[in-house]
Amino acid sequence: MIKVIVGRLLQLIPVLGIILTLTFFMSKVVPGGPFSAERQATPEVIAKLNAYYGLDRPLWEQYLTYLGNVVRFNFGPSYTYQSESVNEVIARAFPISLQIGTLAFCIALIIGVTAGVVAAANKNKLWDYFPMSLSMLGICLPTFVLGPILALVFGLVLKLAPVSGWYGLNYVPFHPMIMPAVTLGLFYAAYIARLTRGGMLDILSQDFIRTARAKGVPDHEILLKHALRGGLLPVVAFLGPAFAGLISGSFVVEKVFNVPGLGQEFIKSVFNRDYPLILGTVAFFGTLIVLFNLVSDIVQALLDPKSRK
Amino acid sequence: MALLEVENLRTYFYTRAGIVRAVDNVSFTLEQGETMGIVGESGSGKSVTCYSLLGLIPRPPGRIVSGSALFGGVDLLSCPKEQLRRIQGKRISMIFQDPMTSLNPYMRVSDQLVEPLLVHDRMSRSQALTKAIASLEEVGIQDAANRINLYPHQFSGGMRQRVMIAMALISRPEILIADEPTTALDVTVQAQILELIRQRQKDLGTAVIFITHDLGVVASFCNRVNVMYAGRIVESAPTDEIFNRPMHPYNASLQQSIPALHKKGQALFTIPGFPPDLTVEFHGCPFASRCAHAGDICKEQDPALKQIVPGHKTSCIRFQCGEIADVRSKNFVSAV
Repeated sequence: MIKVIVGRLLQLIPVLGIILTLTFFMSKVVPGGPFSAERQATPEVIAKLNAYYGLDRPLWEQYLTYLGNVVRFNFGPSYTYQSESVNEVIARAFPISLQIGTLAFCIALIIGVTAGVVAAANKNKLWDYFPMSLSMLGICLPTFVLGPILALVFGLVLKLAPVSGWYGLNYVPFHPMIMPAVTLGLFYAAYIARLTRGGMLDILSQDFIRTARAKGVPDHEILLKHALRGGLLPVVAFLGPAFAGLISGSFVVEKVFNVPGLGQEFIKSVFNRDYPLILGTVAFFGTLIVLFNLVSDIVQALLDPKSRK
Repeated sequence: MALLEVENLRTYFYTRAGIVRAVDNVSFTLEQGETMGIVGESGSGKSVTCYSLLGLIPRPPGRIVSGSALFGGVDLLSCPKEQLRRIQGKRISMIFQDPMTSLNPYMRVSDQLVEPLLVHDRMSRSQALTKAIASLEEVGIQDAANRINLYPHQFSGGMRQRVMIAMALISRPEILIADEPTTALDVTVQAQILELIRQRQKDLGTAVIFITHDLGVVASFCNRVNVMYAGRIVESAPTDEIFNRPMHPYNASLQQSIPALHKKGQALFTIPGFPPDLTVEFHGCPFASRCAHAGDICKEQDPALKQIVPGHKTSCIRFQCGEIADVRSKNFVSAV
């Protein structure tokens, strides 16, 4: 087991290498540069800036310098935030996205799994159709629609939460992270509900469920003791990358609620051609994906004795 | 009084292709401690009959249309779900055809074995575990105290079927329903499993309903046999009578189809045609179109089981009215 984990962690190195290389060259191919904003600087100033950041040197030299820095965990300065390095930007924005994402994940997991199990237990009855149509609605409803609706109802009408913003808001009773987390969480809950239902129905049709019934095991124990472990396997496979995606921040939700999280920084860095910040956030996101895929594989192995080595 | 009395059981499946009359008017009784075989080919309704008794028919599409199954004064087919659940696994247990898929792959063998004791007898876990280890030893699994902690995939097919048997018998049921328990196993293991069931039955005094399509197994194993065809019982008799005095052409043809009775190089006996489509309602004897002895009456009159000699019933109309005495197929060249 430990061998497998170490092996997977070592895979991180080539994966990140490939991701960074591709992103590096792709971001250079995109026309424009970090200093070609609408407020045009004089050519002399731009030339000086380019020279300062080393952008006037040949591409391969820039690439090698960059890789050399990355190995020392130095992702360079941000071109947009002149006073901050890429590491500092991530360290500032990530905790916000992490909080929102973790809360959203818990909401998604609890609501999604419960709805899926209830639906599977009542296949083709009211308590299947009801949660499943809600989940279909949840999947179809984009977060940029659900977010403003929640802001309207809970922020403007009920005045339970701030409509937007993050710093300096000591709003009672809802913390500013709650509404973005609910918006994100409900969307993922809808997806998890469908996955759970599918997984549970698959397991419930297996021979060993018939065996359990023949033993006189009560229905709720069949559901929770016999079926849930296997039924959750497809969900767990989805949860790893989903968690990585959630905690690295959603641009849309962060924009809607004006939350200064990592998702916003990522998108802004692309618009600003902030090459080091693009690469830094991409590498960070890649690492999260690999890590949480590994976590979800470990959880799967814990659930499914056959897949253990 | 009989231990189990099944009367006029009809289980239909309401599918898109039509109503499948999987079990059509089946009646039988099971006495204390006896072994009753149910023989028939695939789709003859033998498994569905037994699933109906234990409420294991998937509903929908299945539905028990009529009938009663009296077991100790309780009608298994109409009693409340909770009452049936207290009988399932406690007084009537079942083992299934495929031991590879019938055990839960996500649970330790120990957790599955103790379940009937925890559910029905409200035993403490440690007590139940001691009993479970003993029950594994009784079905011939060595090193049971350690092996009980393994998962099913760490057991071989034969061992898994032993686990199934231990699990079914752990609560000392009055009836054990064995649904083709040896079909998925290879021949040497088959013999061991059969011997094991026989041994445990002797120890516990359990009555066994043995579902199989293997006449050889029936001959060595059962006291009494019901032959099923197209969802009905066509002949019911003590085992030696079934083989020595067949009274239904289907039973006779089945026996003639056993390859062992033929000389090498001789064509094997087969029953012409196919079993009827159970979604189509038909009149007369369901076997008539394949029967060497069929007459006009077989297609007109609906057959019913009638006792010819004590304990021996047949549904063959022509045999009942004495038109034929030998139900064996004429085109069968005796090789013996």
